Amino acid sequence: MKITVSGEVKEVKDELTIAELIELENVETPQYVSVSVNDEFAKSEDFKTQKLHEGDIVEFLYFMGGGQ
Amino acid sequence: MIKISKQDYKKIVDHAVAQLPNEACGLIAGKTDGADKRIEKVYLLTNTDQSREHFSLDPKEQLAAIKDMRSLGYIPLGNWHSHPETPSRPSEEDKRLAYDKNASYLILSLMERENPVLNSFHIEGTDAKKEELIIEDRSEIE
Repeated sequence: MKITVSGEVKEVKDELTIAELIELENVETPQYVSVSVNDEFAKSEDFKTQKLHEGDIVEFLYFMGGGQ
Repeated sequence: MIKISKQDYKKIVDHAVAQLPNEACGLIAGKTDGADKRIEKVYLLTNTDQSREHFSLDPKEQLAAIKDMRSLGYIPLGNWHSHPETPSRPSEEDKRLAYDKNASYLILSLMERENPVLNSFHIEGTDAKKEELIIEDRSEIE
């Protein structure tokens, strides 16, 4: 199936989970990444079970923060 | 080297002053030419921590900004935040939470309110290196 990841259309296996996509994309520091699927933020506890579907639009958002 | 327009610099300062006593934050986007970066757009985001000592970007606003960058043909260059009461240099927490060694981390100090100081850094692990920052008047160039 085809999904869009960070603006790029990619061919991936059917029923790929978010956790598998994170691994496939070599996401660095995945513990600090939020994932949106079709503009909805996925819960991190669902990453291993939430399956992606044809045409899904996925964005990885890295936590950004700090302090003085 | 990273370049920012005077207008965008003023946008950051004005927003940071308006958010006092809390830290202010946002994203920067633009274009690259080799190792040189040119900021084309500054995004003012909500500090979800609402704190004078910490900041976290709002993920929903982050998502909207990333989409906007993409639609304009820009790439994410890094982020910016203010230090209301300390110098323009990365704190230990700034270093700990800087995950992207390619990003530019802009820090605006408002220690001296009438003399804001903006610096840019590359951060890798505990090592922070100052990056040359040029504030340019683009109305004369373009």
